[in-house]
Amino acid sequence: MEKSMHSGNGAPAVGVYICHCGANIAGTVDVAALSEWAAILPGVRVSRDYKYMCSDPGQEMIKQDIRDHGLSRVVVASCSPHLHEKTFRTATSDGGLNPFFFQMVNIREHDSWVHKDRDVATDKAKDLIRAAVRRVQLHKPLEVRRVPVREEVLVVGGGIAGIHAALILADAGKHVYLVEREPTIGGHMAMFDKTFPTLDCAACILTPKMTAVKAHRNITLWTLSEVTDVSGYVGNYRVTVKRKPRYVMEDVCVGCLECIDACVYKTAKVDDEFNLGLSKRKPIYMPFPQAVPQVVTIDPETCIDFKSGKCKKTCIEACDERHAINLQQEEQTLEIEVGTIILATGFRVFDPKRTPYYGHGVYPNVYTSLEVERLLNSAGPTGGELVMRDGRKPQSVGIIHCIGSRDENTNRHCSKVCCMYSLKMAMLIKEKTSAEVHNFYIDMRTPGKTFEEFYNRTAEEGVHFVRGKIADVYPESNGSGKLILQGEDTLLGRMRRTSVDMVILAVGLEAQSDAEDVRRRFNITCSSDGWFLERHPKLAPVATFTDGMWVAGACQGPKDIPETVAQAGAAAAEALSLINAGYVELEPNTAFVVEEACSGCKTCVSLCPYTAISFVEAREKAEINEVLCKGCGVCVAACPSGSITQNLFEDEEIFEEIKGVLAYA
Amino acid sequence: MLETTTKPVETVPATYEPKIVAFFCNWCTYLAADLAGTFRLDYAPNIRIIRVMCSGRIDPQFVLDAFAKGAAGVLIGGCHPGDCHYEAGNYKALRRFHLLRSVLQEMGIEEERFRLEWLSAAEADQLKKAVDDMVAKVRALGPLHLETPEEHFAEEVMVS
Repeated sequence: MEKSMHSGNGAPAVGVYICHCGANIAGTVDVAALSEWAAILPGVRVSRDYKYMCSDPGQEMIKQDIRDHGLSRVVVASCSPHLHEKTFRTATSDGGLNPFFFQMVNIREHDSWVHKDRDVATDKAKDLIRAAVRRVQLHKPLEVRRVPVREEVLVVGGGIAGIHAALILADAGKHVYLVEREPTIGGHMAMFDKTFPTLDCAACILTPKMTAVKAHRNITLWTLSEVTDVSGYVGNYRVTVKRKPRYVMEDVCVGCLECIDACVYKTAKVDDEFNLGLSKRKPIYMPFPQAVPQVVTIDPETCIDFKSGKCKKTCIEACDERHAINLQQEEQTLEIEVGTIILATGFRVFDPKRTPYYGHGVYPNVYTSLEVERLLNSAGPTGGELVMRDGRKPQSVGIIHCIGSRDENTNRHCSKVCCMYSLKMAMLIKEKTSAEVHNFYIDMRTPGKTFEEFYNRTAEEGVHFVRGKIADVYPESNGSGKLILQGEDTLLGRMRRTSVDMVILAVGLEAQSDAEDVRRRFNITCSSDGWFLERHPKLAPVATFTDGMWVAGACQGPKDIPETVAQAGAAAAEALSLINAGYVELEPNTAFVVEEACSGCKTCVSLCPYTAISFVEAREKAEINEVLCKGCGVCVAACPSGSITQNLFEDEEIFEEIKGVLAYA
Repeated sequence: MLETTTKPVETVPATYEPKIVAFFCNWCTYLAADLAGTFRLDYAPNIRIIRVMCSGRIDPQFVLDAFAKGAAGVLIGGCHPGDCHYEAGNYKALRRFHLLRSVLQEMGIEEERFRLEWLSAAEADQLKKAVDDMVAKVRALGPLHLETPEEHFAEEVMVS
């Protein structure tokens, strides 16, 4: 439908386009009435409503009208500008106008989706459209700024996500800095025994990739390192990395391990972090046999020389003429410049101390699932034998699902992987011990390729499934060493006590404890439970709201290995796309000083966070460096003489918006 | 000093719906409002959101102008302290907010009518709560009743 009203010669001729978004907008807002109403607003020449403005015919309509009706400005009332502003700017530009002769009105996220009453929502849409029509008439032609994109990429986190992303980028010839805070890369995946639902060994598929990282000439791998500061902007980030001392020269150590044998500690006494304290290590150690880099690490917390300075330093003696050990090594601070950043900082497992009623840390035979991964792993503390802390092999095992997941008292979210890894564990336990395995679950969640089939297979193998959440774990009173799992069997509708030798807590996934610090350092957003927030849950699942930064893997939310790898690939591809373009277009929303009005008071100079404003002594005027300005507008609001203007957000444009939304207040 | 005369209590009509102008920053609060949409959170329809890049861009004149043009309230939304996309624009907004609020109070504009909320892009629920709460309070206050110079004149005449 078309309503036209011709404005006088030379006056802006605005085209207003109201999107139905199927029923998303049209279901709540009277779009036909709106377009009829908009047609008679001052300055409007064409007003239309259409099913999907973002579709090709929708965009074509704008272009055609610009040509046929001589439109000089375009207003589209549809979804959030964060979604389609670019689409419609391009359509405006393709129609022959400056792309910034366009204004978007958000009548979906900010109106039809949040209100139910049709009249109220339509009235609100009118106010918002009126504001845009008034504002757009003042828009000035602007040009996007292009800045070059550096080819180097920073990948933070050396788990499977970081490894995969780094390899893709490095294979494409881009230089990658891979920063990992642990002494080795590999992350959680390196701790797992086998992976569901194929039961292939995690190390067999991971270690070749870890070695490839170390060997790749395009990858600079920094372990024991953390990013401490990030500045700059898309295409041109400056990053500070702190490298903790390893006390062993990485490029000299060959990983022969003779120093470990030579250590004055004849027996290992320190809890081995990689085996979650199920075994001991010495102060000088290799985290695990396939660690990358293949070099030892000295832990200054437990090394006698660091504590007393009175060690015989037998390790240095053993290293002999290689001289790889350097106890004087100091922390290093490095500065690098990169164009893009991928965050792959992973997750942590739920700490069962928060659910003391399950007895972890109280009864020795209660384990977390990650501990059992280590027990089942042939490179683990028991050489792959399922032997409990008391030395026995379990005859019966109870796996309690949803520990720290789907629980009002801990975490509300489903950790997504626990059902499947519990099934995997049940299979592996049966394979190794022929013990009876009982799964206590709330719901079995097995959505995924061949996951349900795996579940059926587990059941056919004779694994028991009880629907119900265990309420309590306590030892059998007869001193048998067995543990009783008490809880309601919700299918039978009665209480049940199951006596088992070993209890496995299927602990959930949580955001890293320092996720909040990390997201601040990188200026991205977290959801309230600490997962990094993606730009759009469906259409931009790995992008963040900060241009040139992506997230991959479980730092964004619980996910399994294939999903993590897919995200890492996606993040790498998006970074490559930007690098390949060679430049990035920046919004032209910078500020500038109108010199005639500047009184030279210097108020603005100290306000600018980017030192983009300087004071030109010769003319006694402030001057803004357009390249450094990022367009926040702080100086504009502060200027007492109103001499600073911000492109796209000029005072007059905002005053028109205010007038527009309040026309009939 | 003049004695202040209490103004006659105006009863707020039951159908009164205030209009509130909201200035939201592009990176946090505007996105919180987008997320509220995605979650289909039903909140009071009285706010009209105007997008600025940073809460630090909000010129006190915008607020005064909104009240002058008939807004019954003004809501400013920005990123949490420490989270500003532009490092510290929200701190500038905070400083201006406190100053401006006292000026507005001098003018007879109740403090409930001018509000600042730190809302991150993930805080759609909090946005709903803030908007609903503000609308309820402003609705109870009724339309803006700014004292006009004539009222002061009358006051003065009465005293003398």
